[in-house]
Amino acid sequence: MPSEPVQPVLSLRGLHKRFGPTHALRGVNLDLVPGEVLALIGENGAGKSTLVKILTGVYPLDEGEIRLRGKVLRLARAHDAHAAGIVAVHQETVMFEELSAAENIFIGRQPMRGWPGLKVIDWATMNRDAQRVLDQVGAGFAATTPVRELSLAQRHLIEIARALSQQAKVVILDEPTAALSQAEIRDFYGIVRGLKAQGVAVLFITHKFDELFAVCDRYVVLRDGASVGTGLMAEADESGLVRLMAGRAIDQIYPAVRSVPGEVVLKVRGLSHPTEFDSLNFDLRRGEILGFYGLVGAGRSEAMLALMGLNPQARGDVTVEGRRIDVREPADAIAAGLAYVPEERQRQGGVLSFSVRHNMSLAALAGPRHGLHGKMSRGPWLSALRESEFAQRMIERLSIKTASHDTPLSGLSGGNQQKVVIAKWLGLNPRIVILDEPTKGIDVGAKQAVYQLIAEMVEQGLAVILVSSELPEVMNLAHRVIVMRRGRQVHEFAQGAADAEAVVAAASGLGEGAIAPAGSRTVSPAFSACQTELAA
Amino acid sequence: MTLAPTRVRREWILTAIIAVIVLGVGARTPVFLTWRNALDTGNDSAILAILVMGQMAVLLTRGVDLSAASNLALTGMLCALAGKAWPGISLPLLLVLACGVGALLGALNGWLITRFALPSIVVTLGTMSVYRGAIFVSSRGAWVSDQDIHPLIKGLPRDTLLGLPMLLWFAAGVVALAVWLLRWRREGRELYAYGGNPSAALYAGIPVRRRLMLAYTVSGLLAGLAGLLWVGRYSIAFTELASGYELTVIAACVIGGVSIGGGVGTVAGAVLGVVFIGVINAALPVIQVSPFWQQAIAGFVILVSVALNARSQRQAGRQILERGHAPGTQGAAA
Amino acid sequence: MKALDTWERVLIALIALVYLAFGLGIDGFLSPFALADSTTNMSEKALIALAMALLVIAGEIDLSIAATMALCSLAMGFAMKAGASLPLMLLAALVTGVACGALNGWLVTRWRLPSIVVTIGTLSLYRGLAQVALGDQAITGYPERLSTWGNGTLGDLLGQPGLIVPIEFVVMAVMALGVGLFLHRTVHGRRIYAIGANATASQFSGIAVNRYRWGLFIFAGVMAALAAVLLTGRIGSTRPNLAMGWELEAVTIVILGGVAIEGGRGSIVGTVLAAVLLGSFTFALGMLNVSGIVMSMIIGALLIIAMVLPRWLKFGGLLRWRARGA
Repeated sequence: MPSEPVQPVLSLRGLHKRFGPTHALRGVNLDLVPGEVLALIGENGAGKSTLVKILTGVYPLDEGEIRLRGKVLRLARAHDAHAAGIVAVHQETVMFEELSAAENIFIGRQPMRGWPGLKVIDWATMNRDAQRVLDQVGAGFAATTPVRELSLAQRHLIEIARALSQQAKVVILDEPTAALSQAEIRDFYGIVRGLKAQGVAVLFITHKFDELFAVCDRYVVLRDGASVGTGLMAEADESGLVRLMAGRAIDQIYPAVRSVPGEVVLKVRGLSHPTEFDSLNFDLRRGEILGFYGLVGAGRSEAMLALMGLNPQARGDVTVEGRRIDVREPADAIAAGLAYVPEERQRQGGVLSFSVRHNMSLAALAGPRHGLHGKMSRGPWLSALRESEFAQRMIERLSIKTASHDTPLSGLSGGNQQKVVIAKWLGLNPRIVILDEPTKGIDVGAKQAVYQLIAEMVEQGLAVILVSSELPEVMNLAHRVIVMRRGRQVHEFAQGAADAEAVVAAASGLGEGAIAPAGSRTVSPAFSACQTELAA
Repeated sequence: MTLAPTRVRREWILTAIIAVIVLGVGARTPVFLTWRNALDTGNDSAILAILVMGQMAVLLTRGVDLSAASNLALTGMLCALAGKAWPGISLPLLLVLACGVGALLGALNGWLITRFALPSIVVTLGTMSVYRGAIFVSSRGAWVSDQDIHPLIKGLPRDTLLGLPMLLWFAAGVVALAVWLLRWRREGRELYAYGGNPSAALYAGIPVRRRLMLAYTVSGLLAGLAGLLWVGRYSIAFTELASGYELTVIAACVIGGVSIGGGVGTVAGAVLGVVFIGVINAALPVIQVSPFWQQAIAGFVILVSVALNARSQRQAGRQILERGHAPGTQGAAA
Repeated sequence: MKALDTWERVLIALIALVYLAFGLGIDGFLSPFALADSTTNMSEKALIALAMALLVIAGEIDLSIAATMALCSLAMGFAMKAGASLPLMLLAALVTGVACGALNGWLVTRWRLPSIVVTIGTLSLYRGLAQVALGDQAITGYPERLSTWGNGTLGDLLGQPGLIVPIEFVVMAVMALGVGLFLHRTVHGRRIYAIGANATASQFSGIAVNRYRWGLFIFAGVMAALAAVLLTGRIGSTRPNLAMGWELEAVTIVILGGVAIEGGRGSIVGTVLAAVLLGSFTFALGMLNVSGIVMSMIIGALLIIAMVLPRWLKFGGLLRWRARGA
């Protein structure tokens, strides 16, 4: 630990950013010091990804100052961030699939050779240099492999290799281990330590507390777009961080779920797909919240898509309220009483250019087979009156903040957009609602509202499947938790019988009898320690 | 740079199909297999090859240039008119005129597309008509026939070098330039990158506008060059010259594995596509199929190629399950 | 999804301008007979533009529609030569149109190919087939009644010489009304807008996206057949180059009419207005003896201007042309 303070390489002061009505960043201050890993902590919607996009030149800054080694830095475009030595490694890697790893590393700055004016790419040198830096990060593949053939973890390594080769001064790691196994995560920590040793300043964004304590030196907490606390990791404790993140106690975020599960409404047997998941079996009861937990890419969303008839190669037996249903397209699932609030709000959930009202009536007007479009229209004829009535009712019931029901969906904040999408499905009076990462990218206030809504839904007799990668969400809301890993169902935990460590272990694949990773702590209060496993 | 097995297989399959056609037709009509015939086919295909290289650059960026044939005809007409008006004109000047006008017309496409973020299909649909109309306006509807075509223009494709007509050398030169650009220059690799993932290209700091302008300008320049050669080869210039030819160009690209979706395609494949079309067109009269079939066949071939391309590029869902595990060995019974 | 908005008002103003300018400049341009005449060409193009508008709003395009017209006319001609009665001839045209549209629909939905490339291919295929079937020949000698439909007025049909409204115009108006109601007032229309705006979200919400795509391509085939019948009746012959280049005009009409090429926005009123605008403009140019090629050139330029203008104004921060609520 250096005894005198080292000059920060990157300083942020008073950063503000607005998107229409949303004030995403309200005064962020932080310092990045060379050779130090700074944890950027905050809940979904706190402003972390907005901050990253500003640092990488994707979004322009509204107010505030960024200084690189003391000099003011203007990041007008992505190119400027590169030139300044700021590199980000995202969860969703941003790659050129048809090009090789080496080309991806050196895109835009390939080594050249030949006569001036007639220079050509020096493939040999490029491949050699790429291989060298890939070996440095422990990648086990050839630099000439097309990225198309590589896994997510391997692509992360390419991005880090790229950062290294660019002599990056600042490396931003945005939830880099969300999809990695325990072994891969251990290797990853080694790489991060390597970056530190080379004097790189690392901004590490993660939800996982054990990572924070394992790898980070200092922390900054973002809440509702402002930096609310900073300090050394060594002097921090979990509950203190949680309090900073949430600004309130845990029992104020999650509502008490008072409903008691009743009879079985959904029976799924042998749900399988050639490559995505296999042999899923579970029941869902009326009034129950069934959590589906797992790492990113575990196959949960794919399984839910199959239930909704959006995954044509999937097979399996699905019984709703005692009747076997044959789901070949979404209309079949909807007719049977299923609803699916998808993960990607803007691409799958709502139509951004449509108004709030038209989004809300979309599912009801989607098809005659689920017999509901009669209510929202007059037979085949549109009825602005009925749509407006429904929209108004929903806006009130879900407290949706919008200027009017004619506002385009794009003009609403993420949280309100999500409420509109949920309203759309509630308009069908479904029996079973599947929510896929419902609080991804929405602010704390809206999250609370969504949790409240979920509690109300089950109290009114609906059954809910909650797919989430946020452990606290699942642990605090679900009656039961099914853990999926690599496309298979590995454990089922009953409420009160689930231990956060055990759930994480199951999702990461430590297997039976293995010791849970030291310090595998999360935000939830501890539950009692017995766990049940399904008979294999 | 390793090629994925499917890509390499594709080029071999295409070569095999071409060989089968050539041998099949040759078996029935031995004259098909002569050197003379090969040369003729080569000559007929040379101009197509030049256009295909230009179109390929545009297709790689997820765009399409439907104005290529009109550009060709307009530039050709302008060169013919220039040759007619100034008999003392020199060959280099003609070449500069052809390439320059063609490049300008291509750059206009590029500018409209990049400056206003317009879809290339509609822009080039519009410029296709505009350029075509400009031929009529510039020539007042009159044809420039054989006796009025400048001898230098007529001679250009016919003069031989080392026993082969200049037309083939031009084509070979353009193909070599295409390889140089697309494999050995940053600009070319960035075309692939942009076509493969436009938003990533922006984040990676690739100067997207400049690259798109490059693609469309190159397409235009090559169309202009092709125009001069066309007028020289067929000794004629008129308004409807090469009308509809852009579809043949696209057909050759698509057959050769250049994806309409961008980011995918090799010069070798595109050349094979040209050879394929050339062979088919040469075979049709030999097996006594009327030339009227050409357009229908071009259309059919486009459809088949695009369908096959789409099949090979589609992923069958993500591979989440660990490979090698037999399904049904894990998971609980109810 | 509103039917009458800023853009439509601009179109109305432009139409008035054209009629005024040419009416003053050209003798007899504003006479009832000339006006009636001017609608014939635009009516046929408007029919295919209606179908094109639906497709573009749904996020697709059909560049083979004019070639389909040629094949429909061909089918009708062959039926006639084989001795078929008029109803059978019409059936032949209709079946051909449906088949051509169905092929497009199948390739786009079953093979998930981009409609732009598919219809470029089928454009070639259909035109080529027409060429193979007819070569340099033409089919003539169509029955009198067909000619009446193409050239005649409502008065001819009803036996009242005073009614000079052309039959074609009436057909177009009826179809425009029908399609307009369909798009703007029914659930089907809403679904079509949704598909064009976000096909994924539409599918997730339960809309049978592929079924609509199929239907729209087949509808395009039907419109092509209808337009082909009227056109063939009007010009009295079938050649392989029938309606050559009309796909470009259809796209131009649609874009000029305010339909966004990326889908999800636009109206039928705008499309019809644009058809009238373009039709009257080209009619006037025809009266001034401007050649067909130059007219194509002008239409091409108009297409580009129609696309550039909104974006240029948006960048310039001037009037918000596109400020429509959904």
